Amino acid sequence: MDKLINVSPSPHVAGDYSVKKIMYGVVLALLPALAASIYYFGMGAIVVTLVAIASCVIFEYLIQKFIIKTKPTISDGSAILTGLLLAFNVPSNLPIWIIVIGALVSIGIGKMSFGGLGQNPFNPALVGRVFLLISFPVQMTSWPIPKGFNTGYADAVTGATPLALMKEGLGNNETVSNIMNSIPDHMQLFYGSMGGSMGEVCALALVLGFAYMLIRKIITWHIPVFLVGTVFAFTGILHLVNPEQFADPLFHILTGGVLLGAVFMATDMVTSPMTPKGMAVFAIGIGVITVLIRTFGAYPEGISFAILIMNACVPIINRYMKPKRFGEEVKNGK
Amino acid sequence: MLKTFKKGGVHPAENKLSANAPIVTAEIPKTATIPLGQHIGAPASPIVKKGDQVKVGQVIAQSSGFVSANIHSSVSGTVAKIDDIIDATGFKKPCIIITVEGDEWLEEINRSSDIDKNLNHKSADIINKVKEAGIVGLGGATFPSHIKLSVPPGKTAEVLLINGVECEPYLTADHRLMLEKGEEMIIGTKLLMIALGVSKGAIGIENNKPDAIKHLQEIVKNYEGIEVVPLKVKYPQGGEKQLIKAVINREVPSGTLPIEVGAVVHNVGTAFAVYEAVQKNKPLLERVVTVTGKSVSNPSNFMVRIGTPTTQLIEAAGGLPQDTGKVVSGGPMMGKALSNLGVPITKGSSGVLLFKKDEASRRLIQPCIRCAKCVTVCPMGLEPYLLMNQTEMQNWEEVENNRTMDCIECGSCMYTCPADRPLLDYIRLGKSTVGNIIRSRKQ
Ligand code: SF4
Ligand code: SF4
Repeated sequence: MDKLINVSPSPHVAGDYSVKKIMYGVVLALLPALAASIYYFGMGAIVVTLVAIASCVIFEYLIQKFIIKTKPTISDGSAILTGLLLAFNVPSNLPIWIIVIGALVSIGIGKMSFGGLGQNPFNPALVGRVFLLISFPVQMTSWPIPKGFNTGYADAVTGATPLALMKEGLGNNETVSNIMNSIPDHMQLFYGSMGGSMGEVCALALVLGFAYMLIRKIITWHIPVFLVGTVFAFTGILHLVNPEQFADPLFHILTGGVLLGAVFMATDMVTSPMTPKGMAVFAIGIGVITVLIRTFGAYPEGISFAILIMNACVPIINRYMKPKRFGEEVKNGK
Repeated sequence: MLKTFKKGGVHPAENKLSANAPIVTAEIPKTATIPLGQHIGAPASPIVKKGDQVKVGQVIAQSSGFVSANIHSSVSGTVAKIDDIIDATGFKKPCIIITVEGDEWLEEINRSSDIDKNLNHKSADIINKVKEAGIVGLGGATFPSHIKLSVPPGKTAEVLLINGVECEPYLTADHRLMLEKGEEMIIGTKLLMIALGVSKGAIGIENNKPDAIKHLQEIVKNYEGIEVVPLKVKYPQGGEKQLIKAVINREVPSGTLPIEVGAVVHNVGTAFAVYEAVQKNKPLLERVVTVTGKSVSNPSNFMVRIGTPTTQLIEAAGGLPQDTGKVVSGGPMMGKALSNLGVPITKGSSGVLLFKKDEASRRLIQPCIRCAKCVTVCPMGLEPYLLMNQTEMQNWEEVENNRTMDCIECGSCMYTCPADRPLLDYIRLGKSTVGNIIRSRKQ
């Protein structure tokens, strides 16, 4: 034979999967929530999103090209995703320069300093968000009031989030039912008509994104279901013990980014465990820490911190939560 | 709900292009190159020498150890030489090369195609016949079949499973055999059951072969104790352990053989070979081979004499397509890429698969994004990404503790990985290193 043929070990076929497809799949799943934030926060949401995405992509390109000196891989979609998630986790009136700093921290410290895609132990967007929350507490907690589409950006009227109102009220020894009067009802919360980070408000849109990712098999149900379930159960018990001191579980789930965190932040593949068992432990951990921070800690929300704390536990979880090996039960059963 | 195995698995595009092509008898080659090691275990030792005249069916090399098998001449003619030739493994292996003259068969072989339904045989006689006939697992594993029929002391066989799954994409050799030699295959199954002393037999067939399922279901009505079990299509259901799990819902413990859970598995091709050996006195000297590929003009199934050069089959299926980029012996998931198209067809060759240029190369490797897809699809419950990392770091103790030796090399992990990581390449390296470590520890 004078023809050249390829020789390589099996398998000789590969499925129709790629990193790009997964990343853009998640971006697609985020679109309903993006649409909702544009509806509620208008111009601000658009500006924040564009700035966050553009700066994440540019920082990734610059760092890869000039500092690490490798071929830039911005087309894999992961920087776009980080940018979008960062935008989702900040108020829609955040000054542009702060967003840029957040993107630099997310990409530079959260991702590239660990070696880039796949190597980072912490969710990059959350690293950026928490950095901003600590460095710029005022700007990061002035929440525009949603009021249909508005064209203003920095001049939006601001107010507190339902969770902050709750925390403040309880701090002043008011009762839950009393505070609830000044908070949108549950249905409004479900549609997202409340102050908050731009992507976290609309539960309906987030649930749609969850369904899409499940259908496309991008993520499994374990983390979101265990996480939300844990928050529900824990706050539910507290509520039953003293309904006037602890808000009801549905309120907790619909506010403060629990759904955004459960569906999009905690499920980040790179920073979550590899087995269903591990995912359950991880998600339950996040749920418990979130509720603890909310009810007994200083911050009204808590899910960002909870996710980052559990991110740090992932290597240990992976070490002990092994998949069920084939033939294992039989061996132990005998 | 159709039965299947529970853990992991993938569903690659089936591409059974040759499913409707009846088995055609391939031309007898001009020269037959018959390797001495066509099975797992010790190569057979030749008992002919250069210049000897041989007939079809004559033993030309004898089993040389406990795990070994006889080799028969598949042609008649003169032994030209005994030499080291590159075979499908890519290595030089000793082969007997025969210049073909005519087609003269040993007299004691019954060449009529009448179906012989006589089941009046003793277990020991059947096992002996299987051994004499040089029958090995024809699904590709090529483990000498007579050994699987001798149940080790202390164990009992309860059920015989016949593997008609053919879960590899493209391949249709077993499918056609079940359709065209169904009754013979069932009689072979019955003979295997007698040999093992079991009263239960089950033939597992994936649901993408409804014609074969129906056909065999009709036939088994006349044969007591055999059941046809339709299975959901899922790769690697043809793996021994997966098939056992799917059909009788038992898990073979790590590091043991199927007999541990009372099961013995044989391929449909093997069952047919057993029929021919016992009822017709015909040793294993030919087999069904699928020749296929997206650019192949006539995807075909051939009945091929062992030792026929692969090129000849490619010619018979319409010639080597211009855009061929890779030629694989076996299926796309577990087959071996050939470096030389002259290699002979052996007992273990189930197919010749021609890939187009654009299907032939691997995609660019990307960083692992820890998506856990490889963990999800592994039918053995392993963590392929971890095995690869630890092999890369040569952390052999961890590689062993994470059960790398359980890997059946099905390739599901690598097939699924979105980052196109060469998982199985590394796992194989880890397996062979850890295998050596384990062996040296035992000494
Ligand atoms: S690790 Fe082995 S058994 Fe598991 S999917 Fe990969 S090749 Fe198959
Ligand atoms: S499938 Fe590939 S990318 Fe995903 S965890 Fe396994 S090795 Fe990593």
